[in-house]
Amino acid sequence: MAEFEPRIVAFVCNWCTYAGADLTGTSRIKYAANVEIIRFPCTGRIDFMLLLKAFASGADAIIVSGCHPNDCHYTSGNFHARRRWMTFRSLLDYLGIDVRRVQFSWVSAAEGAKWAEVVNSTTAAVRELGPFTGYRQLAGAGIELGG
Amino acid sequence: MEELRKRARELLATGEVKVVIGYGEGSAGRIRPLFITDPAGAGVLMFDERCLANLAVYLLKAEVKQLGKAAGTAPIRNHSNGLQPAAESQVSDETVRLIGVADGKAVDLPTLASAEEYVASVSLEPAAEEKEALARIERMTMEERWAYWNEQLSRCLKCYACRAACPMCYCTQCTVECNQPQWIPVPATPLGNLEWHVMRAMHLAGRCVGCGECRRACPIDLPIDLLTKKIGEDVAAGFGLRAGSSRKLEYALSTYRPDDREDFIR
Repeated sequence: MAEFEPRIVAFVCNWCTYAGADLTGTSRIKYAANVEIIRFPCTGRIDFMLLLKAFASGADAIIVSGCHPNDCHYTSGNFHARRRWMTFRSLLDYLGIDVRRVQFSWVSAAEGAKWAEVVNSTTAAVRELGPFTGYRQLAGAGIELGG
Repeated sequence: MEELRKRARELLATGEVKVVIGYGEGSAGRIRPLFITDPAGAGVLMFDERCLANLAVYLLKAEVKQLGKAAGTAPIRNHSNGLQPAAESQVSDETVRLIGVADGKAVDLPTLASAEEYVASVSLEPAAEEKEALARIERMTMEERWAYWNEQLSRCLKCYACRAACPMCYCTQCTVECNQPQWIPVPATPLGNLEWHVMRAMHLAGRCVGCGECRRACPIDLPIDLLTKKIGEDVAAGFGLRAGSSRKLEYALSTYRPDDREDFIR
């Protein structure tokens, strides 16, 4: 059997982490190809429902990343997001979802190397955890919605 | 009880309020909500240990609001349910007045400020048995929690009685009715049920006063109140904001402190 390749969806902000991930590439830093990046205007725009939908669509883990505190392009989007993540993370834990599958990070536009490290370490951690079968079974159960 | 009726009669007769929302005897020994607009009708108001339903939900209904200023009768603990909507600019002293009931006696609370004073004198923390119910799940392993919630939530009928009964679920357009995109599937499926209950809990984060009406309304008694109460405790512990404690409470998720906890962020 081929080695399990985790599918990781990264929700990143346009101003810091997306630019940081760009820098990883232009710096020719090699990192795990398991991540699919989705660009958002701001971490403040990343609704928790999107994270749930990523899991429902087959993600084994999620990375949510944006500007460091005080660096937000919109002044406070990341501060608001931080509270939402803290609340959401605790709820996921209470529901029995492994919070190691949701990695939050601050990656600035200058931190290309940090982005590679975040992706690599998350990929390694999820490789250990295995596929998110619990959630996938849930998604497959019940009425077939088609499409 | 007579005192409560007298108070309601006075409020209606003087025109201070246009409608008194209270409890009345229903059929088959059940309690039903009453909307008294005529002072002569106040005689059927009642209050006993069966009057658990949180009537605050009606204070925010358009049909009730158009009647004019409303007086809501409430067990004293539910006064948070007058204060939280006030914090969200949904009610004010111009639109509501609360009549408290404690130990069978009417407690006069002419303004939201006086209700707030009263609330300050009681503990808004979950009762001991509620805390134990929350802790019981926290003590489980992650796998046990997942199995427990799957078993519970997969039974959900998606009747949305929890939403209808919740005084804080007053949006006129709810995400569950949104179909472009369809955030929550219409039929009851295990995944959609989980998504609905996560969404409900998250949208009530820092707003749920823990009255437990969602669970009382649930036809199959799902312990969904634990989800909102759990977040309520997190928000109180993490941000120092207890829903229902003040008519000027800031919304936990639309405010921040630069030094909010971030030990979970890399």
